[in-house]
This record gives sequence, structure tokens and C-alpha cells, in this order.
Amino acid sequence: MSDKQISTPTIAETPEGIAGQGYFATSFEKAVGLARKNSLWPLPFATSCCGIEFMATMASHYDLARFGSERLSFSPRQSDLLMVMGTVAKKMGPVLREVYIQMAEPKWVIAVGACASSGGVFDTYSVLQGIDRVIPVDVYVPGCPPRPEQIIDGILKIQELAGNESLRRRNSIPYDELMKKYNIE
Amino acid sequence: MLASQFGNEIEEIKISSDMPVIHVQKDRIPEVLLFLRDTPELQYNFLTTLCGMHYPETSRLGVVYHLHSFVNNHRIRIKTVLSIEHPFLPTITTIWPSANWMERETYDFYGIIFEGHPNLKRILNVDEMTDFPLRKEFPLEDQTREDKDDSMFGR
Repeated sequence: MSDKQISTPTIAETPEGIAGQGYFATSFEKAVGLARKNSLWPLPFATSCCGIEFMATMASHYDLARFGSERLSFSPRQSDLLMVMGTVAKKMGPVLREVYIQMAEPKWVIAVGACASSGGVFDTYSVLQGIDRVIPVDVYVPGCPPRPEQIIDGILKIQELAGNESLRRRNSIPYDELMKKYNIE
Repeated sequence: MLASQFGNEIEEIKISSDMPVIHVQKDRIPEVLLFLRDTPELQYNFLTTLCGMHYPETSRLGVVYHLHSFVNNHRIRIKTVLSIEHPFLPTITTIWPSANWMERETYDFYGIIFEGHPNLKRILNVDEMTDFPLRKEFPLEDQTREDKDDSMFGR
């Protein structure tokens, strides 16, 4: 047996609130934000090389499941975070849009890699020059491909967004206008 | 190596480079290919590929077929030329069913129309596309980008 210290597991940071004997009171938004951000279930929309880097990120060395993304699902109805990793062709654009529309609110989108963010090196007739031409994106992770550490950094930024999001955001007017810009509902 | 037993002499033959190349008139293509496939001495039974060509200086389009004979281990190339204004050619899907998708790809990228094809529509590009991308005059870069600064790209 090695005599390395077994570190105690870290628990998520408690939001500010009033604690007492057997109770903890905080704002509803903060509690919901805490729950959402630490249990983001991703939908890996992996198209090319960035998808392989994602596989490395999910594997044991760079484990993404540490951050709550334990259960990946390929069904949009059961996931929170759409991770688009890889080149998206113009023919694939409407398919990606359908997948995004089928996700239930609240949903976040992360564009991993240069191709998903802006078309990457492929400035041609067949490649969609960035997925933000068809769906709204929350976080862009540049790189070709980005290191697993960078992908994890992107997920942490999504967690920040999810944890601090107002409960009314998805019903608000600026959000409706954003959706109208993309011709969604 | 070439068994020169061509019963139908109604074509032009030019032999060059790594494998024999035969230039055929476009209307005789199905006959010639069927002959090459079925003659017992030749038996070019495998259609390796078929694709299009574009010669802007003479405003011609072309199609090249590569055949391979498993029996004799021999390859052969057949070329035809078509004019750009009238790019019609008989299909060879009746001879090799694999030509179905290959002809669709040639149509998608060069605009060559194969008469008698069961399902001639675009295969790799978006269905609504009106242009033929692999012709020489089609620009390489996506034209819908407005953020590329020419001074940064050395132009």
C-alpha cells in the first residue's frame, strides 16, 4: 500500500445563505443553479477529430464525469448540454437544428473546436462556417483540436453560466428575440 | 498485353502512360464497356471508378472510367468528352449497378446528365444548390463570409 494521502472528496461550494442547526436557507435561484450546474448531462454531437479529443476527455485520465457530466445521452430529449465537436457540413445544418429544437429548456450549447466555431480551416462550399449560423451558442472552445484541459475549461464556463442564470431568462424577451433571429419557434 | 480484339472499331484508340487509355465517342460508351466486361479474353469485370473532368480552355466536360480485370490483373482507362452546352451521356447502371452513386456524384459536381439513370439527383451537396462546384470556374472559398480581411491573407 502506498502511503499517499487519500484526499477527501470535494463537495460543491455552498451558495451564500443562512445556515443554522439542521437547515440552510438560500435563494431558490442559487439552489437551482447549483443543482443544474453540477449535473449537466451532455449530448456529444461529435462529428470529427474533436470528437476523438472528447472521447479522451471522457476517459479516465481527464475524466469529465468528475464535473457531473456522468451520463451522456444521444437523445436530445434527455440532455442539457449540446456539445458540437467537429466540422459540420451545410447538409448537416438542418439536422443539427432539429436536434437543438428537440432539446428541452434549459439547454446550453458549446462549440468545441475551430470547425464548429467558425468553419476552421475549411473555408469551402460544403462546410458550414460556424454552427452559430444555425443555432445559438453559449461557449466557444477554440483549438484544432483543443486539448482535453481546454474542453474541460469550456465545460466549467458553461457551469458558471448555468449556476448564475436567472430563472426567468428562458421566458424573457431578449431570449425570445434571440430565438427569432435563428427562426426557432 | 492488350488483346486487340475490338469487334467494334467505331472509336478512337490512343494508348499512353501507365495503363491503356481508350478515347470513345460518347454514344458508344455502353456498348464498349459491355464488350469489355463480357468478352471472355478481356473480362474487365470491375468498375473501379467513374468521375468527371472539366477542360475550360476547350469548354468541354469529360467522363473517365477505370476498369479492372480480376482475371487478368489488368487495368484500363476509358475517356469521353462532351460539350458544355450539351452534357448528356448514356448511363451504365445497367452494366454495373455501382455506377449509380458514382454517376450521381459526377452530376452533382460537374453537371453531366446521364440519360436513363434511375435516380439522378444530388448526392453529396445540399439539394437546393444550383451550381456545380468542381468546375474550374467555381470559387474555392465560401462566398457567404464577409469577415475575412484580404490584407491579412496576403491578397
